[in-house]
Amino acid sequence: MEYFAPTQASEATALLKKEGAYVLAGGTDLLVKLKSRMLKPNVVIDLKALPKIKAIEKTTSGWWIGAATPCAEITEHEELTKEWPGVCEALGLIGSTQIQGRASLGGNLCNASPAADSVPAVIAANTICVIATENGEREDLVENIVLSPGVTSLKPGEFILGFKLPRSQGRSGDSYLRLIPRTEMDIAVVGVGVSLSLDKAGNLETIRVCLGAVAPRQVLLPDLQKTCIGKQPSEELVQTLVELARKACSPINDKRGTVDYRTTVAGVLTKRAFKIALERAQAK
Amino acid sequence: MSKKHISTVINGDAMEFLASPEQSLLDILRDELELTGSKEGCGTGDCGACSIMLDGRLVCSCLVLGVEADGKNIDTIEGMGNGSDMHPLQKKFLEHAALQCGICTPGILIAAKALLEKKPDPTEEEVRYWLAGNLCRCTGYDKIVRAVLDTAADMRAA
Repeated sequence: MEYFAPTQASEATALLKKEGAYVLAGGTDLLVKLKSRMLKPNVVIDLKALPKIKAIEKTTSGWWIGAATPCAEITEHEELTKEWPGVCEALGLIGSTQIQGRASLGGNLCNASPAADSVPAVIAANTICVIATENGEREDLVENIVLSPGVTSLKPGEFILGFKLPRSQGRSGDSYLRLIPRTEMDIAVVGVGVSLSLDKAGNLETIRVCLGAVAPRQVLLPDLQKTCIGKQPSEELVQTLVELARKACSPINDKRGTVDYRTTVAGVLTKRAFKIALERAQAK
Repeated sequence: MSKKHISTVINGDAMEFLASPEQSLLDILRDELELTGSKEGCGTGDCGACSIMLDGRLVCSCLVLGVEADGKNIDTIEGMGNGSDMHPLQKKFLEHAALQCGICTPGILIAAKALLEKKPDPTEEEVRYWLAGNLCRCTGYDKIVRAVLDTAADMRAA
């Protein structure tokens, strides 16, 4: 195994085209796979020496979060956690304190687990990722990256440089909730991210709801434009969301939850996460 | 499989070593530098026995490659105290009998020190959540949590 820590994205994309090349960000997934010999890379490309890949920056349109920024740095960022509490809470749920010191948003996304905690929250937040390619950079919505467990839409040689989180303006709020059988250190049985904003009259102006761990990939609830926009956030509307969430589920049966259980819980968490996001928006 | 030359500062002393890319930082600390205070429990980031500070951040050294440590500042249990001059946490762990077999202890001490530096007045719940990544199969955690809270109270009074 060879190790490289390139300082230019173009070097990294060139190295990544080699047979058996893998990128390293925080290493909390990659090193576990190395140890268990699930992976035997020829080349490991450490991305952390690239410019801006470990940075959090306030931009004119929102926020830049470098793909390899450790979760702990994100959750300690006061202004960012105030603007996007749900996204930051989701990142804060990944693993232990030690894991938080290394694990990254880019890694959590590209590991492509349907149960990844940060992914439904950043999808709900309408986040764009910036991808390094052979010919420079391209952008894509986060919801287009995970295709199925362990599989992403990134092409050979591509990797994620960072994320563009929009500005959370006006009366807006977001939230993320997950259910695990224990109080800490477990994998989501269901995760729900909600991001919404209200108009002056208190009606819904925008809403995005994304479910995790209930399908082979994260599910963004469809057709919320028709059912929610311009309407009062009433109990009736909450019930509609709950039904849409349950309808969107196609989970697996496993030791952590049956199909029925996950489907039921998806509705419950959707209701609770919606109410938290709503309260946050109404408080502004 | 050529080895790389790595320069670090470990417990305040400049230290250089050769690392092959497959070696974890834990392997380097234990096998090359004879700093065997950090333990390998699981080797997969679940147990926290290998906890160290890397540039001021609490991490599992089994989940860091040795080659990643180039230019980094590392603090291990060896830098925390010694037999005649112990850190307040170490004294309290003895007082409270907060250890039995001792394998988890270096990692827990490093993690607890990081917590108290960040939060000098943690609640019991905060201590338990912060240490959730440090597994102990002997004590049942209660004495550990009490020792950490007691140290925090003493250090605030000092």
